Amino acid sequence: MIEQLAIFSENKPGKLERITGALSEAGINIRALHVASLGDMGVIKMIVDRPDEAFKALGAPAAIRKLPCVAVQVPDRPGALHQACTVLRRADINIEDASGFAVSGSEAILILEVSDVEAAEDALIQAGFKTLNEEDFGAAVG
Amino acid sequence: MSHKIYHPIETAETSTLKALQFERLRWTVQQASQSTHYARRLAEFDLSPDSIRGIDDLSRLPFTEKQDLRDGYPYGFLAAPKDEIVRMHHSSGTTGMAIAVFHTARDVNRWADLVARCLHMIGMRKGDIFQNMMTYGLFTGGLGLHYGAERLGAFVIPSGAGNSRRQIQFMQTFETTAVHIIPSYALALRGTFEEMGIDPQTLSLRMAVGGAEPYSEGMRERLQESWGIPFYNCYGLSEMQGPGVAFECPEQQGLHLWEDAYLAEIIDPETGESLPDGEEGELVLTTLAREAMPLIRYRTRDLTSFVLGPCPCGRTHRRLSRIQGRADDMFIVRGVNIFPLQIERVLMAMPEVGHNYVIVIDREDYTDRLTIRVELNTEAFKGELSQLRALQERITKALREEILVRPHVELVEPGTIPRQEGKAVRVIDERD
Repeated sequence: MIEQLAIFSENKPGKLERITGALSEAGINIRALHVASLGDMGVIKMIVDRPDEAFKALGAPAAIRKLPCVAVQVPDRPGALHQACTVLRRADINIEDASGFAVSGSEAILILEVSDVEAAEDALIQAGFKTLNEEDFGAAVG
Repeated sequence: MSHKIYHPIETAETSTLKALQFERLRWTVQQASQSTHYARRLAEFDLSPDSIRGIDDLSRLPFTEKQDLRDGYPYGFLAAPKDEIVRMHHSSGTTGMAIAVFHTARDVNRWADLVARCLHMIGMRKGDIFQNMMTYGLFTGGLGLHYGAERLGAFVIPSGAGNSRRQIQFMQTFETTAVHIIPSYALALRGTFEEMGIDPQTLSLRMAVGGAEPYSEGMRERLQESWGIPFYNCYGLSEMQGPGVAFECPEQQGLHLWEDAYLAEIIDPETGESLPDGEEGELVLTTLAREAMPLIRYRTRDLTSFVLGPCPCGRTHRRLSRIQGRADDMFIVRGVNIFPLQIERVLMAMPEVGHNYVIVIDREDYTDRLTIRVELNTEAFKGELSQLRALQERITKALREEILVRPHVELVEPGTIPRQEGKAVRVIDERD
């Protein structure tokens, strides 16, 4: 399991910069970033090397949540994501939000927000997937 | 009971109160006729103090409008010799809009007595430490409560408005037990408490008086919860003296209007006709004991109603329901009348909504556009855009039902709507 930070942000010039500025000042490394927006509001989701410190650096009064999620390593080839999704569907686990990226020539990482993180990890591990904790994640994205 | 009341008049029989009101109304008309404004007005209506033969004769007297006070600026309403004036208060209005209110030594004295009565009613006593976080000076909120608290024998800290960190340091160092504060500022101050790592619930505070701006019951509940003390409503207007005209008792079910000092009517603002008790309308007040500037049937432009039935606290002075808004605060969007408090009531009832909001009105393609910017409550945020969208829709729908205009609701980040140290600026009207 890894923790993802979700930050409420208005969809306006300079808003993301303010967040990246605070993190940069605190020496926190952003390892993955994903922005969803709707009209004038948005939610920024990110994985950072030190989530607790980032949480503090962004600090009050920001609306920010730590979301536990599953990071799963899959081979970077056609059908791999489909396989992982099938495992979760069979275990009756809903995917609330997902993002993914390739990390090297042969591997990709999926970040999944699911209805039940523990059950999802168990199911994926049983099916032979490798799930990552903070440390693994750091090593994998190098 | 006697230890619970400050003055026996608080629980006097209605008939006693009425007799006193009649006597004082006659005196007031006599006193008012010393001023140029009322000398002229009474002559126009062919009235004299002798025309008042019963309390019902009040309705024969003409109303006094805010505009009359402006027109009579500065001394048109002065009913006492100028060398009897010991104090002036003044509105913030610019030239042509300004109102000056004068007080003799006896006026200041009676005012202090009334405010002491109010503070005593909510349990303040000698030995309490009262931090008066209200602007001093021309505005009546600061000096009005200051004199009343001193009269009661409380230890008064005249800390004035602003300087949030020092306010909190005072509360800690001097073990403040009671504060007088603007409600929106009391919510904003929570941020400073957090920054300083101090929980107001661990301080010696016992009670707060929320004054100077109307606020909703939902806002009061939030204040009481976050400060951990009761917040009592205070009503007044500088034309009548200032704070202390009406005040809540510990029952928190309406504000006792001091009927030995003011004669209250509630009228239909359109027709000027008196409304039966319990119906909402405009509050009209006649001073009963003011020397320097008696006012007869003054239209306050505040909307309220009398609370029906006796108060469990035993006081006989009738209660006003929470002031629903000042007629002056009302704005019109696409032909619909809206009070800022209607919007506040809807917002404060939703836990996902933070403590601050602002109403912006502008025009787009020659049509009024109403935008409500609402701070998101940090704690309610679950991290998903879908939640925010659902919340935005829910707020829009609830507001549409209340104000009959569909607003554009913008959720904004906590802490991004500027905090005021004085009264909150809730409405920004950008139409020409």
